[in-house]
Amino acid sequence: MLDNYSAPIAVMNLLPADGNVKAASPLSHIAAPENSDEHQNICLKEEKYLGHIVLRGNSENESIKKGIKNILGCDLPAQLQCSYCDNVSIRWISPDEWLIICASDKAYELETALRKKLSGHYSLCDVSGGQTLLVLSCNHAQEVLMKSTSYDVADCHFPVGKAVTTTLAKSQAIICRKDKNTWELVIRRSFSDYIWQWLQDACFEFRVIEC
Amino acid sequence: MFSIYCPHCCEYREEEEFHVVGEAHIARPIDPEALTDEEWANYLYMRKNPRGLHHEQWLHAIGCRKFFNVTRDTVSYEIKESYKIGELPSCVE
Amino acid sequence: MADIMTQKNRLSSEKHLGRINYKKTLTFTYGKKTYSGYEGDTVASALLANGVDIVGRSFKYSRPRGIVAAGAEEPNAILQMGATEATQVPNVRATQQELFDGLVCRATNGWPSEEFDLMSYVGKVGGDVMSPGFYYKTFMYPQSLWKTYEKVIRKAAGFGRAPKERDPDVYDHIHRHCDVLIVGAGPSGLAAAAALAGTGLRVIIADEQSEFGGSLLHSKELIDGQHAQAWVESMSAQLDAADNIVCLSRSTVNGYHDHNFLTIHERCSDHLTDQANHQVRQRMHRVRAQWVILATGAHERPLVFANNDVPGSLLASAVSTYINRYAVVPGQSLVLVTTNDYAYQTAIDWFNAGREVVAIVDTRANPQGERAQQARELGINIIAGSGVINLMGNTRVSAAEVAKLDETGEKIIGQVQRFNCDTVASSGGWSPVIHLSCHTGSRPIWDDTVLGFLPGETVQQQLTAGGINGCYQLKHCLQQGYDIACDVLAKFNCEQIPKPSFNYVTDIVEEPTMALFHIPHTEPTSRAPKQFVDLQNDVTAAGVEMATREGFESIEHVKRYTALGFGTDQGKLGNINGMAITAKSLNKSIPETGTTIFRPNYTPVTFGAIAGRHCGELFDPKRYSAMHQWHVENNAKFEGVGQWMRPWYFPKAGESMQQALNRECVATRSSVGILDASTLGKIDIQGKDAREFLGRIYTNAWEKLAVGKCRYGLMCGEDGMVFDDGVTSCLGENHFLMTTTTGGAARVLEWLELYHQTEWSNLEVYFTSVTDHWATMTISGPNSRKLLAEISDDIDLDKEKFTFMDWRAGTVAGVPARVYRISFTGELSYEINVQANFGLFLWEKLMEVGKKYNITPYGTETMHILRAEKGFIITGQDTDGSVHPYDINMGWAVSEKKMFSFIGKRGMAREDCIRENRKQLVGLKAKDPNQVIPEGSQAVNDPDQSIPMDMLGHITSSYWSENLGHSIAMGYIKGGLNRIGETVYYPQVDGLAIEAEICSPIFFDQAGERQDVG
Repeated sequence: MLDNYSAPIAVMNLLPADGNVKAASPLSHIAAPENSDEHQNICLKEEKYLGHIVLRGNSENESIKKGIKNILGCDLPAQLQCSYCDNVSIRWISPDEWLIICASDKAYELETALRKKLSGHYSLCDVSGGQTLLVLSCNHAQEVLMKSTSYDVADCHFPVGKAVTTTLAKSQAIICRKDKNTWELVIRRSFSDYIWQWLQDACFEFRVIEC
Repeated sequence: MFSIYCPHCCEYREEEEFHVVGEAHIARPIDPEALTDEEWANYLYMRKNPRGLHHEQWLHAIGCRKFFNVTRDTVSYEIKESYKIGELPSCVE
Repeated sequence: MADIMTQKNRLSSEKHLGRINYKKTLTFTYGKKTYSGYEGDTVASALLANGVDIVGRSFKYSRPRGIVAAGAEEPNAILQMGATEATQVPNVRATQQELFDGLVCRATNGWPSEEFDLMSYVGKVGGDVMSPGFYYKTFMYPQSLWKTYEKVIRKAAGFGRAPKERDPDVYDHIHRHCDVLIVGAGPSGLAAAAALAGTGLRVIIADEQSEFGGSLLHSKELIDGQHAQAWVESMSAQLDAADNIVCLSRSTVNGYHDHNFLTIHERCSDHLTDQANHQVRQRMHRVRAQWVILATGAHERPLVFANNDVPGSLLASAVSTYINRYAVVPGQSLVLVTTNDYAYQTAIDWFNAGREVVAIVDTRANPQGERAQQARELGINIIAGSGVINLMGNTRVSAAEVAKLDETGEKIIGQVQRFNCDTVASSGGWSPVIHLSCHTGSRPIWDDTVLGFLPGETVQQQLTAGGINGCYQLKHCLQQGYDIACDVLAKFNCEQIPKPSFNYVTDIVEEPTMALFHIPHTEPTSRAPKQFVDLQNDVTAAGVEMATREGFESIEHVKRYTALGFGTDQGKLGNINGMAITAKSLNKSIPETGTTIFRPNYTPVTFGAIAGRHCGELFDPKRYSAMHQWHVENNAKFEGVGQWMRPWYFPKAGESMQQALNRECVATRSSVGILDASTLGKIDIQGKDAREFLGRIYTNAWEKLAVGKCRYGLMCGEDGMVFDDGVTSCLGENHFLMTTTTGGAARVLEWLELYHQTEWSNLEVYFTSVTDHWATMTISGPNSRKLLAEISDDIDLDKEKFTFMDWRAGTVAGVPARVYRISFTGELSYEINVQANFGLFLWEKLMEVGKKYNITPYGTETMHILRAEKGFIITGQDTDGSVHPYDINMGWAVSEKKMFSFIGKRGMAREDCIRENRKQLVGLKAKDPNQVIPEGSQAVNDPDQSIPMDMLGHITSSYWSENLGHSIAMGYIKGGLNRIGETVYYPQVDGLAIEAEICSPIFFDQAGERQDVG
């Protein structure tokens, strides 16, 4: 399983080859709300089982910039930005940290490929089990976020493509605006139940009014 | 609630994203063993607590997770500047 | 119409241009009676329409009180609202509560009822029973006396009560950011907002009233040739249509905090219903504004004179408001007493409403202003150079006594004349509403021209316009609002917009207001009938003077001594008068006496709005592991560890907690138990200097830990005191996985980053939290190897090949896993880590396969017992930040040989840390094996020593051990490691002392053989 105990970094494919193994996402115990027409005002759903990899490194390190472009086909995003490419997105987290999100079965493959390309001081860390992605979309999404985060989510301050780590209720999230009415929230697994309940509750007034 | 400029995110953020750490510019002694108990206690415990300009270390805890410094007026609570670790403040008394 | 008959003070619809919708009648209950009003009414206007004079009893003297004001400054009409127990709201100002159909309210003060009040006899006969400083003085008495007073006071005091049932309504918060927040939508605020409409700046304008307009809602003036109300309507429509402006009505800006952070309390449905039925009832807007424009206006000041609190005595502007806005004339015959021109409008409004104006009493000798002339032309009797010195009447004004004053207004120089009337309106000028400016710490400045405090210097990005600046003329208020908007635009480098044309009515020429606050009586103040300064707190002019006589010279002290300015109205009406009287009796000027400082909140805020949706299940995040669902389904009892909800124990049907623990403990040591250990903090550490970094952070050595090995580490602060511990494993030469305590995870990661970023940034190392990424389950007990062998075929479990403190990678039940052979129970144990999405699957698999071994899930409590049997510490329970590794007998985990002066090394070498007789962690065995020594008990050598006894240290962990058949404990004893075998005593609250023997904390398997069985 482990590539090699003598490797300086232990990399492991954590996805079972065995098809009988059942996965449970952080929110799989919660029944998805019905998406009937009356409930179209708010859509909140979990994008389950994505690959999440944290990249740390110096943004001046050319091998990182090139390696990312090369392997992921995506530019390393600038400050407070998110790059969306085919099947991969990269969020800026801090001057030396990014979050790569890909299909779950690509995480191991991408990490090993990147490790072959990158040089110098960097780290790659699979955190796929530790977080999940929520998609909040609809015309009231912005108001739901205003009720949940103190960060300014107005169009002029939070344009499409921006990515921000900030507070969400009494927890936190990496909030990213994918398009005008679609917001992606990367949240920690252990907080996901709380955040889901919070957002459901925040959405409530909009459902009621429109129904 | 403060509005604090993060020199790494280059934005003002709400105070709830930050933790205050304490007085800034207190370097760990290079050779702790060479210090007397009194000198070590000074490093560990003695802080300025001024009335007026104060240099403080903050952490952008729910954000970029970087430590940085601010110069803050402890009377008016006005924040004069934010600067990165290793940089020197430009507002001094 | 029948209901108009009952609303005896209501003007008919033909005569009225105000804000009342006569087509919509509303009924409401006040006390035991039902009344009717109209849409557009407040409870106060509806009560006045119905001729209700008394709305409560005063706080201290229990005097009958009526409505005084028409807005936030109302001190008397404080109601208890709510049709059901669950929807009770105390402290509602009748003047701000809009009427809705079915509203139920009652007076809050008045026992047994506001109209017949036993307490008033106390007030009448025993005014001196509760003199100023009453509370202060009473507290100074022996406690026994206080108890006597308290019974009476508790019953009589206070304004309303909290509901006894859970509030069914939804309250909410919303965060807003804007370039400009305009506070107040009166003339200045509206003019400013209108100038900013369509500019691209993000603007919020908030006003506490039901609609925008402020004073214009009862104004008779014309703007642009339109009635003020029509102008307001067109402005409001413009603002609503502007997409850069958020308009918030029924929204009080209650607090102005640091860095232009303001809170706005919006009442979303309080005007519609008693219960919002799942819609948001109130919302707190948390606003960060670049610039704030305070256009908060001014409050009229009442005059202080004898018996000025009798129902029927109102503020002049309030009378105008009731007439012009609500079509209510609160009486038949009016005497107006004023120090200024503006209040003449009230007499004119009263006259125009067709009621009798008995007289206008002006304290100035020769009023010649334009409004005075108007009044003269209407034939109203103006008595100049005089004041109302006393009111007659008990439950309603019956007459006003008027006397000539000298030029200063401080002395009576003529005969007292009596005028029969049922209403007295008074005006002592206006006080700018500077509350929000004060919230930021800005000290207000007295202005002798304005006769009021103006906003002082501020560090906030704050501007002011209109009444708050002491500017009271409509024309100037509009102009200031417009000008300030232009200033703001300039600050944002926006191009100035052309000046709008406001064609006002001609300027009304006004004469200066007289600086008079307190009208004298023929008797000296101390002997005159009560002259009220603060109506809500029953503070009188005599009381304020007495405070100064007793030596209270600063207004801050006078305030606390007399209770001036306390209460729900926070002295909105009384503060300035109180200061003026204080100043006069000290023979000082008002600014010399002090300033008045207001603190948040401007008006009371409900707890619901403060809490928002952070209540019930959402009060605090609950963190769950990947296996949480299984725990719930299998009847776990949970324990909060930080925000984590961890299984505490798993009782079977009919089991007590202790029975469940005994079963779990025995099953684990005799076969196999399973623990969800996912909550332990886990930090992935990569980089070529990772090993060096660990050596600096931990007290022990790391340079030789081989790949595939794990090591226990202690973490200390610079003071040498233990603050966290855990096992760190070497995953690769440059790769480690650190575990921390559940509660310490975030702190430890922050600690590592702190040292990396601020001290040792040259070390090449990165830290990433992987706490949530791994699901961790520990199987522990002699059968754990057999169990693991059944579901893992690619890990060599041979005890020689996979030894204690090794880790291996492989698959367990088909799931890729890292398995760590570490033990917190002393038993053979495997800690299995899998990607969290597969945690539940593997847990269920282990339970299924483990059935034949009677696999027993256990929680934190059994974990605590099992580790205590082995003498393993829990940082935070057995340590408290005051003990170093040697104190807990873990010197073996400190490497003195390390080159680098690791964190804690210097600290634990301080003189106090190496002295003799420090408290040391030892085991303790109660002499009676069945007795569990309570945690926290203090040890003494001699249980018969007299108090204070010499205390040796406390018990940190104490349990019943079913495996051992006796109780066990760990605790601190001074010099304890040298006292093994000796006896100490633990005195208990029942007076008995538990005898215990000091022993090794390792109670079970001292040789440590069990972790290697099989």
